Amino acid sequence: MPQTADVRINGKEFTVAEGTSVAAAVLNAGYSMRTSIHGEPRAALCGMGICYECRVTIDGCQHRKSCQVLCATGMEIETT
Amino acid sequence: MTRVVIIGAGPAGLAAAAAAGRVARVTVIDDNTEAGGQIWRRTRNAWTIEHPGVETKFQARVIAATQADVTIETPDSCERLPFDKLILATGARELFLPFPGWTLPQVTGAGGLQALVKSGLNIQGKSVVVAGTGPLLLAVAAYLKSKGATIPLIAEQAPAARVNRFARSLLSHPGKLWQGARLKARLLGVPYRTDCWVESAEPGMLRLRTPGGSGSQPFDYLAIGYGLWPNTELAQLAGCRLSNGFVEVDAAQRTSIPNIYCAGEPTGIGGVDMALAEGRIAGCHATGQPTPPLPNRAFVQALTTTFALRPEVRAVATADTIVCRCEDVPLSRIQSCQGWREAKLQTRCGMGPCQGRICGPAIQTILGWPHQSIREPVFPARIESLLT
Ligand SMILES: Cc1cc2nc3c(=O)[nH]c(=O)nc-3n(C[C@H](O)[C@H](O)[C@H](O)COP(=O)(O)OP(=O)(O)OC[C@H]3O[C@@H](n4cnc5c(N)ncnc54)[C@H](O)[C@@H]3O)c2cc1C
Repeated sequence: MPQTADVRINGKEFTVAEGTSVAAAVLNAGYSMRTSIHGEPRAALCGMGICYECRVTIDGCQHRKSCQVLCATGMEIETT
Repeated sequence: MTRVVIIGAGPAGLAAAAAAGRVARVTVIDDNTEAGGQIWRRTRNAWTIEHPGVETKFQARVIAATQADVTIETPDSCERLPFDKLILATGARELFLPFPGWTLPQVTGAGGLQALVKSGLNIQGKSVVVAGTGPLLLAVAAYLKSKGATIPLIAEQAPAARVNRFARSLLSHPGKLWQGARLKARLLGVPYRTDCWVESAEPGMLRLRTPGGSGSQPFDYLAIGYGLWPNTELAQLAGCRLSNGFVEVDAAQRTSIPNIYCAGEPTGIGGVDMALAEGRIAGCHATGQPTPPLPNRAFVQALTTTFALRPEVRAVATADTIVCRCEDVPLSRIQSCQGWREAKLQTRCGMGPCQGRICGPAIQTILGWPHQSIREPVFPARIESLLT
């Protein structure tokens, strides 16, 4: 198993430690996760897959809960 | 061979699986990537190896339950799994109460921030205020401090007298006392203020209240949680009876449905030792093995009375505070409705992807409306899953 994973977040390359969730990678990179219907930036609240505030697009698939997905090399992550 | 399905791989579910796995065919299902539940998150990878006879399914979410089978959704499949005995060990989530500023990206749950840090969020050098209520605040603060955060304050809403009485009562629970002493050592120098709650937050600055005054507190992150709320949705779907918001069980952890058991937080917020004991009892009884004795519930009761919410924290949301974060519905619009049904129809409150899991308990706590009725699926599901 590799010790790190290389992902792209909003087009920028990041190398993260193995086992890093997409949510942690996005926050470490300085982004919030989504824009609320009234235009506020939102980020993970519960950290355990319940609140849906941490939704991002992963490899083209929208609305993935980033706190429950681990980073893997080659992943394309986009916040909204 | 009896076919046992266990939902939840936290302490309760794993204890049940270890007990039942000795004599039955067991499948444990959890929506996380690994075993461990909330407290052991990501530190129990070895568990599945130690119990090779127990089948595990991770990143698998149970979206429906009947008295004979459960429907499971994974990122790329959906299946129905029949059972002879079902053990619900679905744990709890944090209770979040809305206040002005709680939707800022820098505001997370208390256990929520801990979970994010455990999964790689870098907190080194950040100033984290930990607030809300309950012993979880201490565990979270100690953990964040060990990961390099500065904790300028732990704000506990409960009054000093009750917290002190609780601390003294731990003398009769030697194990807990030891835990407490260890936490205290790890939190040396961290201010712990009782009778204190967060009134509002704006980027970088919190407004704090005490019964006699108010003050400001700079912060990078606010980790705030008002205790735990049981995950009873699946039990309700399967038709199990609740009492006082918790799943009703007998001394063998049986629910009102004969072949469905429940263990851990959904039966009462009692912490990890209680979850383990209840899981063991459920796993044994469901498979016809002698059951170990029921642990003492005095501690559960003491927790509930000590950290009961004060009226002021139920009233920190103002008219324009967003309560339903999925649909951005402010308190004033919800309050103008007669109840849940009207609020859903008129405002879409509780109709977003979290399906009322966050705003439901909040509204029950601040407005007294009982949490909405449960309908399948308990999580948003893919269309193809609904057709199986
Ligand atoms: C966020 C959080 C942080 C906590 N941190 C601490 C701590 O640091 N120290 C401490 O002493 N106590 C902590 N606690 C309390 C701790 O959770 C309990 O003491 C103990 O873990 C309860 O065990 P359990 O097995 O009942 O539930 P849990 O550990 O909550 O396990 C339940 C499991 O079921 C899964 N699940 C639920 N519904 C479904 C479904 N429909 N489909 C699939 N899987 C499902 C959940 O994802 C979870 O993994 C925390 C609680 C929470 C909510």
